[in-house]
Amino acid sequence: MKKENVIEATNLTKTFGEFTAVNKITFEVKKGEIFGFLGANGAGKTTAMKMLIGISIPSEGQATVAGYDVSTRPEDIKKSIGYMSQKFALYDDLTVKENITFFGGIYGLKRSQIRIKSEELINNLGLQEVSNDLVGSLPLGWKQKISFSVALLHDPKIIFLDEPTGGVDPITRRQFWEMIYETAHKGTTVFVTTHYMDEAEYCDRVSIMVNGKIEALDTPKKLKEQFKVDSMNDVFLKLARE
Amino acid sequence: MLPIIFVLPLLQLVILSNAATFEVKNIKFSYLDNDRTSFSRALIDKFEASEYFNVLAHFNSEKEASAAMLKGNIDVILEIPQYFERDLLKEKKTNLSVTINAIDGAAAGVENVYINQIVQSFNKNATSELAMINGVTAIPKTIDSIPSFWYNETLNYKTYMVPGILVLLVTMITLFLSGMNIVREKEIGTLEQINVTPIKKYQFIIGKLFPFWIIGFGLLTIGLILGKVIFDVPMVGSILLIYFYTGIFLLVILGMGFFISNFTETQQQAMFIAWFFVVIFILMSGLFTPIESMPMWAQQLTELNPIKYFVEVMRMVMLKGSSLSDILPQLLKTLAYAIVMNGLAVWSYRKTS
Repeated sequence: MKKENVIEATNLTKTFGEFTAVNKITFEVKKGEIFGFLGANGAGKTTAMKMLIGISIPSEGQATVAGYDVSTRPEDIKKSIGYMSQKFALYDDLTVKENITFFGGIYGLKRSQIRIKSEELINNLGLQEVSNDLVGSLPLGWKQKISFSVALLHDPKIIFLDEPTGGVDPITRRQFWEMIYETAHKGTTVFVTTHYMDEAEYCDRVSIMVNGKIEALDTPKKLKEQFKVDSMNDVFLKLARE
Repeated sequence: MLPIIFVLPLLQLVILSNAATFEVKNIKFSYLDNDRTSFSRALIDKFEASEYFNVLAHFNSEKEASAAMLKGNIDVILEIPQYFERDLLKEKKTNLSVTINAIDGAAAGVENVYINQIVQSFNKNATSELAMINGVTAIPKTIDSIPSFWYNETLNYKTYMVPGILVLLVTMITLFLSGMNIVREKEIGTLEQINVTPIKKYQFIIGKLFPFWIIGFGLLTIGLILGKVIFDVPMVGSILLIYFYTGIFLLVILGMGFFISNFTETQQQAMFIAWFFVVIFILMSGLFTPIESMPMWAQQLTELNPIKYFVEVMRMVMLKGSSLSDILPQLLKTLAYAIVMNGLAVWSYRKTS
């Protein structure tokens, strides 16, 4: 059975003055896939992602996300996606529950839905004790799990994660990836950028960006075969050094 | 940032030094001539010749004159009594009544001195003329001007300053809060998160500005209570009218704060720019120095100053008891300002760059 594409990008380009941050990238992401978007710092990952989530208009080329064109219908895309950024983006001065209510409201959930979702989320993450604490007072690992769950409140088709596990311990990272697997299993597409090459091994397919271009795109297994190395880390190093 | 650090203060230096003058000039003068003789005409000519007075109108009745003063069209009414010339020639003594708008107590005092000087110099000429006619040498004092200060009889400067300073505080706090709040969200990253949600622009802006609108009302309320309790500032007009006008005025300031925050990246920048505007607004609002005394170009600039209208309305309603129809020009200008400012704010806020 051929799965439908939820993201399709063709020659997607973003220039800032003379500088080309993203240079004609073409790829597609299938429904339910965990798609790893790799690259060194400054390779253009975040810029490319910003175009896909509708907060940056492409200079050239096109892309559709969840069936909508990123240049013309960014607001429709925003209804169909969830987003969690590398900067932690819940409100520190609201409690866990207030944050859930707030973001639920923005996505147009009804009060009753919010109540159910909020209880579910708090139980799943085992946050009963701290649900009325300010988010600012919680440890980073917890915040990121909450942030991830909040981004999924409105059952988006695709969730974009921008370096979601930056700065947390290996155990929390492991737990976080379990959450990602669970989400993908339910049919949500996961688009994730990361620096950690061990995380790249968990992805169904990965693309590696170097200087604004996609230099490699395949399953981790095939990439390792192609570059005749044992780990994604070596694949990355080989590409980045060229 | 560098141009901001140098250009803005230099602009302030040039504009404000010219505009913020303590001189009292271009006094809005009017008269009521009940005598209509060559003597009364000669007196009025004296005022017309003076560079301090602008003779704007003459009235036929006291009622017309006081209505114009209530509207704020004139600041001084000189009333020349009937038989002014006859009394002067026969009894060699007569009185002039002068009514001065004393909402600005300091300016009213200065205006009174100017009027006295003109009357006294007229006195001298009249005396010598009389002397020629009657052959009498020095006749001591012939004309007295009797001033009455309206709206602020004792020239109490607190009565005059409290409503103005209250305006200033409400403006400053709401402008700084609204300007910096949204920039702060840019800094901590929550704004990006918001931009990725399907929230509508107007929803976001209303959600952001409404709390500050309420805070503005809170400040006004506390200020009015303190003004009454500590300074015993009168509230002659309708307090509801004050709140109604403030509601519209706050929209101007909040729109401005939002507009500033759309063009700045850090709280320091937003603070700096907000501060620049506040200083100009305050010194060119007529709060400390009369607008009439500023050079023409500066007076035209003050038309763009929302604080000027707020100060006028507060003083008019609180001290004169002006009604809705009296403050209508200020109200409409403020409303137009609010629409333009918020239009710019909505326009310049981009969820997608």
